[in-house]
Amino acid sequence: MAEPALPTPRGEVSEAVIDALAADRPVPSTVDRALDPYGEDLQLALYCLYELHYRGFAGVDAEREWDLALLTLRRELEEIFLGAVRAECPAGADVDAEIEGLLDEPPDAWGVSHHLRRHGELWQLREYVVHRSLYHLKEADPQAFVIPRLEGAAKAGVVTVEHDEYGAGDPRRVHAQLFADLMQALDLCADYGHHLDAVPAPVLAEVNFMSFAGLHRRWRGALVGQFAVVELTSSPGSDRLAKALRRLGVDAEFYDEHVEADAVHEQLVRRDVIAPLVAAEPALAADVVFGMRASTMLGDRFGEFLLDRWAAGRSSLRTPLPDAPLAVHR
Amino acid sequence: MQRDARRVVVTGDGPVLVTGPVEIEMPDGATVRSDRPVTALCVCGRTRRRPFCDTSHRRRAGRARNG
Repeated sequence: MAEPALPTPRGEVSEAVIDALAADRPVPSTVDRALDPYGEDLQLALYCLYELHYRGFAGVDAEREWDLALLTLRRELEEIFLGAVRAECPAGADVDAEIEGLLDEPPDAWGVSHHLRRHGELWQLREYVVHRSLYHLKEADPQAFVIPRLEGAAKAGVVTVEHDEYGAGDPRRVHAQLFADLMQALDLCADYGHHLDAVPAPVLAEVNFMSFAGLHRRWRGALVGQFAVVELTSSPGSDRLAKALRRLGVDAEFYDEHVEADAVHEQLVRRDVIAPLVAAEPALAADVVFGMRASTMLGDRFGEFLLDRWAAGRSSLRTPLPDAPLAVHR
Repeated sequence: MQRDARRVVVTGDGPVLVTGPVEIEMPDGATVRSDRPVTALCVCGRTRRRPFCDTSHRRRAGRARNG
Protein backbone atom coordinates (compact mmCIF):
# COMPACT_ATOMS: atom_id res chain seq x y z
CA MET A 1 0.00 0.00 0.00
CA ALA A 2 1.52 3.29 -1.12
CA GLU A 3 1.78 5.81 1.71
CA PRO A 4 1.48 9.53 0.97
CA ALA A 5 4.46 11.86 1.21
CA LEU A 6 4.77 14.15 4.21
CA PRO A 7 3.34 17.59 3.40
CA THR A 8 5.08 20.97 3.40
CA PRO A 9 4.80 22.77 6.80
CA ARG A 10 2.54 25.81 7.17
CA GLY A 11 4.00 27.28 10.35
CA GLU A 12 6.08 26.50 13.45
CA VAL A 13 3.92 23.75 14.90
CA SER A 14 3.30 21.83 11.69
CA GLU A 15 7.00 22.20 10.92
CA ALA A 16 7.90 20.69 14.31
CA VAL A 17 5.51 17.76 13.73
CA ILE A 18 6.67 17.10 10.18
CA ASP A 19 10.36 17.38 11.19
CA ALA A 20 9.74 14.99 14.07
CA LEU A 21 8.14 12.49 11.73
CA ALA A 22 10.73 12.88 8.98
CA ALA A 23 13.87 12.87 11.07
CA ASP A 24 12.99 11.61 14.53
CA ARG A 25 13.53 15.10 15.94
CA PRO A 26 12.23 15.80 19.46
CA VAL A 27 8.65 17.00 19.64
CA PRO A 28 7.64 20.15 21.56
CA SER A 29 5.31 19.13 24.39
CA THR A 30 3.53 22.46 24.69
CA VAL A 31 2.30 24.96 22.16
CA ASP A 32 1.25 28.57 22.29
CA ARG A 33 -2.36 28.54 23.46
CA ALA A 34 -3.02 31.61 21.33
CA LEU A 35 -2.47 29.56 18.16
CA ASP A 36 -5.35 30.12 15.69
CA PRO A 37 -7.62 27.08 16.25
CA TYR A 38 -8.79 27.12 12.62
CA GLY A 39 -5.46 28.24 11.15
CA GLU A 40 -3.36 26.43 8.57
CA ASP A 41 -0.56 25.63 11.02
CA LEU A 42 -2.65 23.94 13.72
CA GLN A 43 -4.95 22.14 11.30
CA LEU A 44 -2.11 20.69 9.25
CA ALA A 45 -0.23 19.59 12.38
CA LEU A 46 -3.34 17.88 13.69
CA TYR A 47 -4.08 16.32 10.31
CA CYS A 48 -0.60 14.78 10.18
CA LEU A 49 -0.90 13.45 13.72
CA TYR A 50 -4.27 11.84 12.94
CA GLU A 51 -3.01 10.42 9.66
CA LEU A 52 -0.68 8.17 11.69
CA HIS A 53 -3.84 6.26 12.72
CA TYR A 54 -4.95 5.75 9.11
CA ARG A 55 -2.24 5.08 6.55
CA GLY A 56 0.74 7.06 7.86
CA PHE A 57 3.35 8.66 5.62
CA ALA A 58 6.08 7.31 3.36
CA GLY A 59 9.32 6.90 5.29
CA VAL A 60 7.69 7.30 8.72
CA ASP A 61 7.89 4.30 11.07
CA ALA A 62 4.37 2.97 11.68
CA GLU A 63 5.20 2.72 15.41
CA ARG A 64 5.14 6.53 15.62
CA GLU A 65 1.36 6.17 15.88
CA TRP A 66 1.92 5.48 19.59
CA ASP A 67 4.81 7.90 20.16
CA LEU A 68 3.94 9.45 23.53
CA ALA A 69 5.48 12.82 22.68
CA LEU A 70 3.39 13.06 19.51
CA LEU A 71 0.27 12.01 21.41
CA THR A 72 0.95 14.64 24.08
CA LEU A 73 1.27 17.33 21.43
CA ARG A 74 -1.86 16.07 19.70
CA ARG A 75 -3.74 16.44 22.97
CA GLU A 76 -2.63 20.07 23.26
CA LEU A 77 -3.75 20.86 19.74
CA GLU A 78 -7.05 19.05 20.23
CA GLU A 79 -7.78 21.12 23.33
CA ILE A 80 -7.28 24.35 21.40
CA PHE A 81 -9.37 23.14 18.44
CA LEU A 82 -12.15 21.55 20.50
CA GLY A 83 -12.30 24.59 22.81
CA ALA A 84 -12.94 26.86 19.83
CA VAL A 85 -15.56 24.54 18.31
CA ARG A 86 -17.39 24.18 21.62
CA ALA A 87 -17.38 27.94 22.13
CA GLU A 88 -19.06 28.36 18.74
CA CYS A 89 -21.73 25.65 19.13
CA PRO A 90 -24.46 26.34 21.70
CA ALA A 91 -25.26 23.30 23.84
CA GLY A 92 -28.49 21.38 23.28
CA ALA A 93 -29.89 17.94 23.97
CA ASP A 94 -33.02 17.72 21.79
CA VAL A 95 -31.83 15.24 19.15
CA ASP A 96 -35.20 14.98 17.37
CA ALA A 97 -35.50 18.75 16.93
CA GLU A 98 -31.94 18.84 15.62
CA ILE A 99 -32.72 16.14 13.05
CA GLU A 100 -35.86 18.00 11.91
CA GLY A 101 -33.75 21.09 11.38
CA LEU A 102 -31.27 19.16 9.24
CA LEU A 103 -34.02 17.69 7.05
CA ASP A 104 -35.55 21.08 6.44
CA GLU A 105 -34.11 22.58 3.30
CA PRO A 106 -35.52 26.06 2.67
CA PRO A 107 -36.25 26.89 -0.97
CA ASP A 108 -33.77 29.76 -0.88
CA ALA A 109 -30.95 27.55 0.45
CA TRP A 110 -27.67 28.28 -1.28
CA GLY A 111 -24.35 26.55 -0.98
CA VAL A 112 -21.46 25.07 -2.90
CA SER A 113 -23.56 22.29 -4.48
CA HIS A 114 -26.20 24.85 -5.57
CA HIS A 115 -23.51 27.03 -7.11
CA LEU A 116 -21.85 24.11 -8.89
CA ARG A 117 -25.15 22.84 -10.21
CA ARG A 118 -26.20 26.19 -11.66
CA HIS A 119 -22.99 27.97 -12.59
CA GLY A 120 -20.08 25.69 -11.76
CA GLU A 121 -17.23 25.68 -14.22
CA LEU A 122 -15.13 22.59 -14.77
CA TRP A 123 -12.11 24.03 -12.96
CA GLN A 124 -14.29 24.80 -9.92
CA LEU A 125 -15.72 21.30 -9.93
CA ARG A 126 -12.19 19.89 -10.08
CA GLU A 127 -11.18 22.09 -7.14
CA TYR A 128 -14.20 20.87 -5.17
CA VAL A 129 -13.24 17.26 -5.85
CA VAL A 130 -9.65 17.93 -4.76
CA HIS A 131 -10.90 19.35 -1.44
CA ARG A 132 -13.23 16.43 -0.91
CA SER A 133 -10.55 13.86 -1.78
CA LEU A 134 -9.04 14.18 1.69
CA TYR A 135 -12.21 12.67 3.11
CA HIS A 136 -13.72 10.66 0.27
CA LEU A 137 -10.53 8.66 -0.37
CA LYS A 138 -10.94 7.45 3.21
CA GLU A 139 -14.71 7.66 3.20
CA ALA A 140 -16.33 5.90 6.18
CA ASP A 141 -12.93 5.24 7.83
CA PRO A 142 -13.16 7.89 10.61
CA GLN A 143 -16.64 6.62 11.49
CA ALA A 144 -15.47 3.00 11.60
CA PHE A 145 -13.47 3.85 14.75
CA VAL A 146 -16.74 4.23 16.66
CA ILE A 147 -17.94 0.66 16.09
CA PRO A 148 -16.25 -0.99 19.11
CA ARG A 149 -17.47 1.91 21.30
CA LEU A 150 -21.12 1.05 20.70
CA GLU A 151 -23.20 -1.97 21.56
CA GLY A 152 -26.37 -3.74 20.53
CA ALA A 153 -28.75 -2.08 18.11
CA ALA A 154 -26.73 1.11 17.59
CA LYS A 155 -23.62 -0.92 16.74
CA ALA A 156 -25.55 -3.11 14.28
CA GLY A 157 -27.05 0.03 12.70
CA VAL A 158 -23.66 1.71 12.18
CA VAL A 159 -22.22 -1.50 10.72
CA THR A 160 -25.12 -1.78 8.25
CA VAL A 161 -24.43 1.72 6.93
CA GLU A 162 -20.65 1.23 6.94
CA HIS A 163 -21.04 -2.08 5.08
CA ASP A 164 -22.85 -0.18 2.31
CA GLU A 165 -20.15 2.54 2.34
CA TYR A 166 -17.55 -0.18 1.85
CA GLY A 167 -19.36 -1.56 -1.20
CA ALA A 168 -21.41 -4.28 0.56
CA GLY A 169 -18.77 -6.87 -0.32
CA ASP A 170 -17.91 -5.59 -3.81
CA PRO A 171 -14.53 -3.79 -3.84
CA ARG A 172 -15.48 -1.95 -7.03
CA ARG A 173 -18.43 -0.40 -5.18
CA VAL A 174 -16.42 0.87 -2.18
CA HIS A 175 -17.33 4.56 -2.04
CA ALA A 176 -13.66 5.58 -1.80
CA GLN A 177 -13.08 3.61 -5.03
CA LEU A 178 -16.03 5.28 -6.77
CA PHE A 179 -14.53 8.62 -5.75
CA ALA A 180 -11.11 7.60 -7.12
CA ASP A 181 -12.87 6.68 -10.39
CA LEU A 182 -14.45 10.14 -10.46
CA MET A 183 -11.08 11.80 -9.86
CA GLN A 184 -9.59 9.87 -12.76
CA ALA A 185 -12.51 10.85 -14.98
CA LEU A 186 -11.69 14.47 -14.07
CA ASP A 187 -8.03 13.90 -14.90
CA LEU A 188 -6.98 14.30 -11.24
CA CYS A 189 -4.43 12.18 -9.41
CA ALA A 190 -6.43 9.79 -7.21
CA ASP A 191 -3.55 8.66 -4.98
CA TYR A 192 -4.46 8.69 -1.30
CA GLY A 193 -3.29 11.93 0.33
CA HIS A 194 -1.81 13.27 -2.90
CA HIS A 195 -3.54 16.66 -2.69
CA LEU A 196 -2.82 17.41 0.98
CA ASP A 197 -0.48 20.35 0.22
CA ALA A 198 -3.15 22.01 -1.96
CA VAL A 199 -6.00 21.72 0.55
CA PRO A 200 -6.58 24.63 2.97
CA ALA A 201 -7.42 24.63 6.68
CA PRO A 202 -11.25 24.78 6.45
CA VAL A 203 -11.28 21.35 4.78
CA LEU A 204 -8.64 19.93 7.14
CA ALA A 205 -10.76 21.11 10.08
CA GLU A 206 -13.76 19.11 8.87
CA VAL A 207 -11.76 15.91 8.49
CA ASN A 208 -9.89 16.56 11.75
CA PHE A 209 -13.16 16.83 13.62
CA MET A 210 -14.21 13.41 12.30
CA SER A 211 -10.87 11.90 13.31
CA PHE A 212 -11.04 13.55 16.71
CA ALA A 213 -14.54 12.24 17.45
CA GLY A 214 -13.73 8.82 15.99
CA LEU A 215 -10.56 8.33 18.02
CA HIS A 216 -11.95 9.53 21.37
CA ARG A 217 -14.35 7.07 22.97
CA ARG A 218 -15.43 9.93 25.23
CA TRP A 219 -16.79 11.69 22.14
CA ARG A 220 -18.56 8.72 20.52
CA GLY A 221 -21.87 10.60 20.77
CA ALA A 222 -20.37 13.49 18.78
CA LEU A 223 -19.09 11.02 16.17
CA VAL A 224 -22.60 9.63 15.77
CA GLY A 225 -23.91 13.21 15.43
CA GLN A 226 -21.32 13.97 12.76
CA PHE A 227 -22.15 10.72 10.95
CA ALA A 228 -25.85 11.63 11.04
CA VAL A 229 -25.25 15.06 9.48
CA VAL A 230 -23.41 13.48 6.56
CA GLU A 231 -26.08 10.85 5.98
CA LEU A 232 -29.04 13.19 6.48
CA THR A 233 -27.86 16.03 4.28
CA SER A 234 -25.88 14.25 1.56
CA SER A 235 -28.71 13.03 -0.66
CA PRO A 236 -30.03 16.40 -1.98
CA GLY A 237 -26.50 17.81 -2.23
CA SER A 238 -25.32 14.75 -4.15
CA ASP A 239 -28.24 15.13 -6.53
CA ARG A 240 -27.11 18.70 -7.31
CA LEU A 241 -23.49 17.61 -7.76
CA ALA A 242 -24.57 14.76 -10.07
CA LYS A 243 -26.45 17.33 -12.17
CA ALA A 244 -23.40 19.63 -12.20
CA LEU A 245 -21.22 16.77 -13.45
CA ARG A 246 -23.69 15.70 -16.13
CA ARG A 247 -24.03 19.31 -17.31
CA LEU A 248 -20.25 19.32 -17.79
CA GLY A 249 -20.30 15.93 -19.51
CA VAL A 250 -18.65 13.96 -16.69
CA ASP A 251 -19.85 10.55 -15.42
CA ALA A 252 -21.74 11.15 -12.15
CA GLU A 253 -21.82 7.64 -10.69
CA PHE A 254 -20.23 8.63 -7.37
CA TYR A 255 -22.91 11.24 -6.63
CA ASP A 256 -25.75 9.20 -8.17
CA GLU A 257 -24.79 6.37 -5.83
CA HIS A 258 -24.93 8.79 -2.89
CA VAL A 259 -28.41 10.06 -3.74
CA GLU A 260 -29.84 6.56 -3.39
CA ALA A 261 -27.48 5.20 -0.74
CA ASP A 262 -27.92 8.18 1.57
CA ALA A 263 -31.71 8.12 1.21
CA VAL A 264 -31.42 4.68 2.83
CA HIS A 265 -28.73 5.72 5.28
CA GLU A 266 -30.79 8.66 6.53
CA GLN A 267 -33.49 6.22 7.62
CA LEU A 268 -30.99 3.77 9.12
CA VAL A 269 -29.09 6.46 11.04
CA ARG A 270 -32.28 7.86 12.54
CA ARG A 271 -34.04 4.59 13.37
CA ASP A 272 -31.26 2.10 13.91
CA VAL A 273 -28.39 4.22 15.25
CA ILE A 274 -29.51 7.41 17.00
CA ALA A 275 -32.81 6.18 18.45
CA PRO A 276 -31.33 3.06 20.14
CA LEU A 277 -28.16 4.93 21.20
CA VAL A 278 -30.04 7.74 22.92
CA ALA A 279 -32.52 5.26 24.44
CA ALA A 280 -29.67 3.20 25.92
CA GLU A 281 -27.48 6.15 26.94
CA PRO A 282 -29.65 9.28 27.34
CA ALA A 283 -26.64 11.19 28.65
CA LEU A 284 -25.13 11.04 25.15
CA ALA A 285 -27.92 13.16 23.62
CA ALA A 286 -26.02 16.39 24.29
CA ASP A 287 -22.91 15.00 22.60
CA VAL A 288 -24.93 13.83 19.58
CA VAL A 289 -26.34 17.36 19.24
CA PHE A 290 -22.85 18.83 19.68
CA GLY A 291 -21.51 16.55 16.90
CA MET A 292 -24.33 17.69 14.61
CA ARG A 293 -23.81 21.38 15.33
CA ALA A 294 -20.03 21.18 15.11
CA SER A 295 -20.00 19.38 11.77
CA THR A 296 -22.68 21.71 10.37
CA MET A 297 -20.67 24.74 11.54
CA LEU A 298 -17.41 23.38 10.05
CA GLY A 299 -19.23 22.48 6.82
CA ASP A 300 -20.62 26.01 6.60
CA ARG A 301 -17.17 27.49 7.15
CA PHE A 302 -15.81 25.39 4.29
CA GLY A 303 -18.73 26.38 2.02
CA GLU A 304 -18.32 30.09 2.75
CA PHE A 305 -14.58 29.90 2.20
CA LEU A 306 -15.03 28.22 -1.18
CA LEU A 307 -17.76 30.56 -2.44
CA ASP A 308 -15.87 33.66 -1.22
CA ARG A 309 -12.78 32.61 -3.12
CA TRP A 310 -14.67 31.84 -6.29
CA ALA A 311 -16.73 35.04 -6.05
CA ALA A 312 -13.43 36.95 -5.84
CA GLY A 313 -12.22 35.14 -8.97
CA ARG A 314 -9.62 33.25 -6.99
CA SER A 315 -8.68 29.62 -6.62
CA SER A 316 -9.87 27.91 -3.43
CA LEU A 317 -6.78 25.71 -3.37
CA ARG A 318 -3.38 26.61 -1.93
CA THR A 319 -1.90 25.55 -5.25
CA PRO A 320 -4.28 26.14 -8.18
CA LEU A 321 -4.72 23.32 -10.69
CA PRO A 322 -3.10 23.89 -14.08
CA ASP A 323 -6.47 24.34 -15.87
CA ALA A 324 -7.71 27.11 -13.57
CA PRO A 325 -8.09 30.50 -15.33
CA LEU A 326 -4.85 32.47 -15.45
CA ALA A 327 -6.28 35.12 -13.12
CA VAL A 328 -6.66 32.66 -10.23
CA HIS A 329 -2.98 31.81 -10.39
CA ARG A 330 -2.47 35.32 -8.92
CA MET B 1 -41.75 -25.18 9.08
CA GLN B 2 -41.96 -21.47 9.51
CA ARG B 3 -39.35 -19.47 7.58
CA ASP B 4 -38.02 -16.13 8.74
CA ALA B 5 -40.24 -13.47 7.24
CA ARG B 6 -38.62 -10.69 5.20
CA ARG B 7 -38.70 -7.46 7.12
CA VAL B 8 -40.38 -4.47 5.48
CA VAL B 9 -40.50 -1.17 7.36
CA VAL B 10 -43.15 1.40 6.48
CA THR B 11 -41.59 4.63 7.72
CA GLY B 12 -44.78 6.67 7.33
CA ASP B 13 -43.13 9.98 6.54
CA GLY B 14 -40.65 8.54 4.06
CA PRO B 15 -39.87 5.45 1.98
CA VAL B 16 -40.62 1.77 2.58
CA LEU B 17 -37.46 -0.05 3.69
CA VAL B 18 -36.85 -3.61 2.47
CA THR B 19 -33.93 -5.68 3.78
CA GLY B 20 -31.64 -7.75 1.58
CA PRO B 21 -31.00 -7.68 -2.16
CA VAL B 22 -34.27 -7.18 -4.02
CA GLU B 23 -35.58 -7.43 -7.56
CA ILE B 24 -38.32 -4.95 -8.32
CA GLU B 25 -40.72 -5.50 -11.19
CA MET B 26 -41.73 -2.20 -12.76
CA PRO B 27 -45.09 -1.41 -14.39
CA ASP B 28 -43.56 -1.84 -17.85
CA GLY B 29 -42.32 -5.33 -16.94
CA ALA B 30 -38.68 -4.26 -16.58
CA THR B 31 -36.78 -5.60 -13.58
CA VAL B 32 -34.65 -3.33 -11.41
CA ARG B 33 -32.23 -4.90 -8.95
CA SER B 34 -30.77 -3.47 -5.73
CA ASP B 35 -27.93 -5.25 -3.93
CA ARG B 36 -27.94 -2.90 -0.95
CA PRO B 37 -28.27 -4.36 2.56
CA VAL B 38 -31.40 -2.22 2.83
CA THR B 39 -33.31 -0.63 -0.06
CA ALA B 40 -35.55 2.44 0.28
CA LEU B 41 -38.51 2.32 -2.10
CA CYS B 42 -40.39 5.53 -2.90
CA VAL B 43 -44.04 5.49 -1.93
CA CYS B 44 -44.73 9.26 -2.06
CA GLY B 45 -44.37 9.32 -5.85
CA ARG B 46 -42.09 12.36 -5.88
CA THR B 47 -38.80 10.61 -6.54
CA ARG B 48 -36.97 11.25 -9.77
CA ARG B 49 -35.16 7.92 -9.37
CA ARG B 50 -38.08 5.52 -9.46
CA PRO B 51 -38.48 3.06 -7.80
CA PHE B 52 -35.90 4.27 -5.26
CA CYS B 53 -36.26 7.03 -2.68
CA ASP B 54 -34.22 10.18 -3.40
CA THR B 55 -35.47 12.10 -0.31
CA SER B 56 -37.85 14.22 -2.41
CA HIS B 57 -40.57 13.48 0.17
CA ARG B 58 -38.87 16.08 2.36
CA ARG B 59 -39.91 18.90 0.04
CA ARG B 60 -43.16 20.37 1.11
CA ALA B 61 -46.01 21.50 -1.11
CA GLY B 62 -45.38 24.88 -2.65
CA ARG B 63 -41.66 24.67 -2.14
CA ALA B 64 -39.05 24.81 -4.85
CA ARG B 65 -38.72 21.27 -6.15
CA ASN B 66 -35.05 21.34 -6.89
CA GLY B 67 -33.66 22.91 -3.75
